[in-house]
Amino acid sequence: MAYVAIADRQQELHDPQSFLTKYVWSQDHKVIAIQYALTAFAVGIVAVILSNMMRLQLAWPNEFAFIDPQTYYQSITMHGMIMVIYLLTALFLGGFGNYLIPLMCGARDMVFPFMNMLSYWVYLLSVVILMSSFLVPGGPTGAGWTLYPPQALLEGTPGSNWGIILMLVSLVFFIVAFTMGGLNYVTTVLQARCRGMTLMRLPLSVWGIFMATVIGLLVFPALLVSGIMMTFDKLFATSFFMPALISMGESADYSGGSPILFQHLFWFFGHPEVYIVALPAFGVVSDIISTHSRKNIFGYRMMVWAIVLIGGLSLIVWAHHMYVSGMNPYFGFFFATTTLLIAVPTAIKVYNWVLTLWRGNIRLNVPMLFAIGFIFTFTHGGLTGLFLGNVATDATLTDTYFVVAHFHMVMGVAPLLVVMASIYHWYPKVTGRMLNEKLGKLHFWVTFLGTYSIYLPMHYLGFLGIPRRYYAYGETDFIPNSAVDVNISITIATLIVSTIQLVFLFNLAYSYFRGKKAGPNPWEATTLEWQTPDTPPQHGNWGPELPTVYRWAFDYSVPGAVNDYIPQNQPSDETTGDAHETSDTGGGHQ
Amino acid sequence: MSLIRKLRSKPWETPGFPGPDTDGGVLLPDKKVGLWVFIVVMASVFGLFTVAYNMRIELATDWIAIPKPPVLWLNTAILVLASVAFERAKAAVHKKLTGDVKLWLVVGGAFTIGFLLGQYIAWQQLLASGYALSDNPANAFFYLITGMHGLHLIGGLWVWSRTMLRVWQGFEVTLSVELCTTYWHALLLIWIVLFGLLLST
Repeated sequence: MAYVAIADRQQELHDPQSFLTKYVWSQDHKVIAIQYALTAFAVGIVAVILSNMMRLQLAWPNEFAFIDPQTYYQSITMHGMIMVIYLLTALFLGGFGNYLIPLMCGARDMVFPFMNMLSYWVYLLSVVILMSSFLVPGGPTGAGWTLYPPQALLEGTPGSNWGIILMLVSLVFFIVAFTMGGLNYVTTVLQARCRGMTLMRLPLSVWGIFMATVIGLLVFPALLVSGIMMTFDKLFATSFFMPALISMGESADYSGGSPILFQHLFWFFGHPEVYIVALPAFGVVSDIISTHSRKNIFGYRMMVWAIVLIGGLSLIVWAHHMYVSGMNPYFGFFFATTTLLIAVPTAIKVYNWVLTLWRGNIRLNVPMLFAIGFIFTFTHGGLTGLFLGNVATDATLTDTYFVVAHFHMVMGVAPLLVVMASIYHWYPKVTGRMLNEKLGKLHFWVTFLGTYSIYLPMHYLGFLGIPRRYYAYGETDFIPNSAVDVNISITIATLIVSTIQLVFLFNLAYSYFRGKKAGPNPWEATTLEWQTPDTPPQHGNWGPELPTVYRWAFDYSVPGAVNDYIPQNQPSDETTGDAHETSDTGGGHQ
Repeated sequence: MSLIRKLRSKPWETPGFPGPDTDGGVLLPDKKVGLWVFIVVMASVFGLFTVAYNMRIELATDWIAIPKPPVLWLNTAILVLASVAFERAKAAVHKKLTGDVKLWLVVGGAFTIGFLLGQYIAWQQLLASGYALSDNPANAFFYLITGMHGLHLIGGLWVWSRTMLRVWQGFEVTLSVELCTTYWHALLLIWIVLFGLLLST
């Protein structure tokens, strides 16, 4: 039995003694999770600074000497790449995945702790390589986060010598790190669940992270393959992607390569990447909403199936990023159809979140506020996706700020609100102390309203036809003065939202020392991570004995029960004495 | 399908300990499951190389097929023998014949190194005939794909060397040998598909 195997592993779990083995070269999933999260945050701060630089330039063109066109394009590129991969992917899977999977499954650790540690250090290496591109001659690449060839490799694009190579090498290392982590997450969920934890008793967080990891393992190879081939094009003058062309008046050493091939490979990774970020967010937010509404999640099975279905569909929609790259209209039709199909499971999820809230005993604390904020921004971003999923409307909108607004709403703001919700939710478990509620509410309202005042007007800019990616617009006939004013207001909102994150960082630091003591289960939640004998959980998580699970993760407000929540590891006879007779099997019901 | 049955269960209706058949975990060692997940990832990598290979042919007109050195046939045969040797090692480890395990592990590793040397010879022959990496996408793909496959075998050899160390030190190696065998079969299968792809163009 799997749980016997886990119990056998106890001998290996000798407590690390020295500072180095405990906090640096640690194989404990909780420490690795925090290492991942702190690294991701650090690199995320860089990305926020870059976005502020771009916004300053867009609001007051040519006022700031330190932003020239080169810096601007480098900022775009690095901001996008850092946010999508080095922050969100690393944080959701390396951070939350590492912390939550063993605790929620009732395991002592990941099944391959050494590889887990290696995963973090290779990730850190990839971050260091990426950051070092700020220091090399020519600076980081300015090719846009999609790194499209041929321009990514050609003279004239910032960082076309060193920057692009470092970017590609860093991505390869990231993928290696992700694969080592991903093997752990998948195997741990499959193998190391405690007694009684059937697949359908898993909290939705685990389902979301699990499915995201599965997709990641299938599609990151596409980025690996295209990254390796592009490195060859750059270093060895092969022509995988590089067509015959004349660069700077001289014909380059390339012939016949296909940039479209790169786009296919890139987006076969790039679109599922959206769901690698979104699925963990879906899962986590489901658990948070259920806990703070004191109600079971509406349609648990549908939620699981929707996660699986979204994961599957996400693999066959990639070319909707390429409607204007020149493709057979029938392809466009196919990809528009699959893209719009994804709206079905996604809408199911949104309805289920709302229905979970309906007539719930809602506790409007900070994690819940962020979770509800997520429903708004995600729905909003999802709806604008319908415009862009259709070929005809996409063709006119694709190069405008409408796209910027759409994807920031749906995969920037929405997952980040979930990140915030999760931090406020699990911080008490990680540190043993509560985050300050007042500062948290201030943080939420400024962030939520602030991001809306950034991205809502961008849709309007998009409808006006304001092109994205431009460094400055100069005197352009079709751009009215109002658009200039809107840009200024967006920038001011950006600066405010960025600044308020300092309050959040202060809260994290301050509460670590001075926060209210949390106790083991401050939210009165059912899932296993709140039932650990110690808070924060010790090495090995569960003390001498592993938990046994008797119920699903959402027994809130069960009629007849003493408390309004029943932890997963509580046997039936201890809840009321008579309700809920134990039955023999979880399967077999229609 | 028990998975479908599991996914259709209604967990809210059935509190209680669900019995040994439905509780957590699959009845396989963790490392075996981990290896299979990795093989899926590997299949994805080489599958995408294959797709890129075919698309690159279709999307442009500059493809000039590269000759396939006959030594590749010999290499393929050697890799098959390596797989057979690992299969024998697995059989021996189940019968607890440590001497045979050592013998077949050495043979398997030797054949694998032979395969890698053979691939290197194929590269040298092509380079000597003037088929440089950057001259044509067919050349570039040939070196890239064979190189990636070789790298995966070298990774396998690292695990193989650790298994060798353990068997000579007298440790239990059943699982290690099984995992090596699975990995070598997977890489053999991938090589056969890749070789077929190279031959067909």
